[in-house]
Amino acid sequence: MAHVLLQDIEKLYGDVHVVRRLNLSVAQGEFLVLVGASGCGKSTTLRMVAGLESISSGTLSIGGRIVNDVSPRDRDIAMVFQSYALYPHMTVFENMAFGLRIRKAPQTEIDRRVGDAAKLLGLEDLLQRRPAALSGGQRQRVAMGRAVVREPAVFLFDEPLSNLDAKLRVQMRIEIARLHKRLGTTILYVTHDQVEAMTLADRIAVMHEGYLQQCDSPSTIYNRPANTYVATFIGSPAMNLWPVHATVETRGNRQVVLLRGSGLSVELDGKIADRLTAAMTADHRLGNGEWTVGIRPQDLHIARGDAPVHARLPVEVVEPLGAETFVFGELADPGEPLPARDPATRLRRESASILRVDAGQLVADSEELPLTLDLNRLHLFDSAGQRIAAADPEAAVAIPAIALNFDKSPA
Amino acid sequence: MSPKAAQAPSPLSRMAPHLLLVPVTIVTLYPVLYVAKLAFSGVGGTSASPWPWPEVFSLDAFSEVVNRTDAQGTWLFGRQMLNSLLVSGLTTVLGIVLACTAAYGFARFEFPGRRAGLLAFLATQMFPGILTMIPLYVLMQKLGLLDSMLGLVLVYATTAIPFCTWTLKGYFDTLPKEIEESAIIDGASRLTIFLKIILPLSAPAIAVTALFSFMTAWNEFVLAYTFLSQEAAYTMPVQIRNYVGDKDVQWSLFAASSLIVSIPVMALFYAVEKHLVGGLTAGGVKG
Ligand SMILES: Nc1ncnc2c1ncn2[C@@H]1O[C@H](COP(=O)(O)OP(=O)(O)OP(=O)(O)O)[C@@H](O)[C@H]1O
Ligand SMILES: [Mg+2]
Repeated sequence: MAHVLLQDIEKLYGDVHVVRRLNLSVAQGEFLVLVGASGCGKSTTLRMVAGLESISSGTLSIGGRIVNDVSPRDRDIAMVFQSYALYPHMTVFENMAFGLRIRKAPQTEIDRRVGDAAKLLGLEDLLQRRPAALSGGQRQRVAMGRAVVREPAVFLFDEPLSNLDAKLRVQMRIEIARLHKRLGTTILYVTHDQVEAMTLADRIAVMHEGYLQQCDSPSTIYNRPANTYVATFIGSPAMNLWPVHATVETRGNRQVVLLRGSGLSVELDGKIADRLTAAMTADHRLGNGEWTVGIRPQDLHIARGDAPVHARLPVEVVEPLGAETFVFGELADPGEPLPARDPATRLRRESASILRVDAGQLVADSEELPLTLDLNRLHLFDSAGQRIAAADPEAAVAIPAIALNFDKSPA
Repeated sequence: MSPKAAQAPSPLSRMAPHLLLVPVTIVTLYPVLYVAKLAFSGVGGTSASPWPWPEVFSLDAFSEVVNRTDAQGTWLFGRQMLNSLLVSGLTTVLGIVLACTAAYGFARFEFPGRRAGLLAFLATQMFPGILTMIPLYVLMQKLGLLDSMLGLVLVYATTAIPFCTWTLKGYFDTLPKEIEESAIIDGASRLTIFLKIILPLSAPAIAVTALFSFMTAWNEFVLAYTFLSQEAAYTMPVQIRNYVGDKDVQWSLFAASSLIVSIPVMALFYAVEKHLVGGLTAGGVKG
């Protein structure tokens, strides 16, 4: 077991900048999941930690030892590949024993460790088979077994489950979680499946175009995304984002913050308004008022009774999924009458607003729904897309930590 | 049941390919059968009949070929057969051993001169062998390697190595990189990976390449005929040619020795056949 420290790690292929000034620290025994869209540099990062790819600049240490120039065999790591990468001409037993044989472990030791790993992964009856005679899930388990028998300080996983069907993936996910609990080994795990990330991770690191966007616990990533990229990347369906213009108005002896634009009209008062007003004068990045409002589909409700109406949604598509229903549309501009939509122009899914309602609720096509936002669950982002911490409910405590994040994230 | 899909092809359309295949097979096999007829018809007999079947059955031609000795009583047939086996075998071993390592280097490493080296290897394959015959003859003469097996092996290797290298490199390129990366992380050195992973996985390709280079050397005539002048040094193709000399044409001996010479190649082919079925890497990586 060891902790892994990446300091200012960069990777260039020629002049293609693939990983940029990456700072990441994986604590001893921690399960850190690296997520991001395809091509953002996750595998490259993992392969640099493994030693399969050279590090262009920066320092990589494992267990307190700088390993930039240490060969993979001496880094005390084991890696599980997306494609399994088993040795096709060897039996399951020999596949798992290979690394130990190379290291000249005594036969009794090999038998014991392979036996233990086989028991742990339910491979006891398959030890004499060749990989070709195994199912995808079994092959994946052998690949994990091969890593486990080595008893390394760090496990590296590169999308180990992406070749499995949905059901098997759930099962293997649980097995990986169990494995981590049992062995307590440090794990660096790459995936682009956010469910895997949310369920397995102690902390999630979100990458985008080579930059680290945020590295936090799953609940912080979900509840306090550091910027608009993380906000839309984590959570399904994605968070609604609306550009607005923020202004401060004085009502009697109080100040309120008005958010207007994209068909939205929200008035914030009380403590939030006070904090935001203070922040706007203190921080020039907020001063221009060109902000983005974010709200998750389940925090957006149909306005009832005396609830304030923040926006109106002409319903365009209704997707009943059984347990819940998603409603899609584009916010209507409150000042103007409902635009007569040309039937030929189809709803643009990426820019559509999404509302989640309970399955029992009937929503008719082309109905116009009055919407109210759960203001306790509002996310605000500044003109650079960075989270405005002052808007968070317990901002008084949260500000220092998140402000730190601000400075580390790329402008 | 869908009537259209379930319908068997009509007898006529099933016959059609055979109308072509049967004549082609006959045309291909006829010369071979005719040689067999000559070989089994005894010594000296030539037949005017086009029917490819011996009129009188006799093994005399075979026994004469096999029992040939020279003036000193050396068993020529044994000697020449051994020459052929040694030359072809050594060429194959030399070719495969050197080509495997070279091909792996070309397939996996970036080094200065890699492209140039590959192209040079390819270029040697593009020129007809005849082109190098005279320079080779001069070289061999200067080195005193005429009429020697070693000389012939070296000459054959100059074409076998580039051929084997290209073929094997092509195969190594298809082996998934992750399997080797796995082994690197498991702690294996490059040599271990080559010996324990690459070679076993490449057995089918190596077998085919070996068979090819063996057959090429075994059947090679022009160079052997040029460099060998003593009967005891002949390889079988040269001896076979000798049976149909300018003054003395012995078709039955020619035919009998041709059949004998084809036996080892056929035997090898059957031995290697099970390796020709690919798919050894199946199951190693997904997709
Ligand atoms: N050898 C190379 N030369 C140039 N660019 C490369 C090379 N290898 C990878 N890249 C680029 O580096 C970027 C990051 O690749 P990487 O494999 O790390 O992505 P990833 O995040 O793992 O994506 P995925 O989820 O699709 O696996 C990609 O844009 C890729 O095109
Ligand atoms: Mg990847």
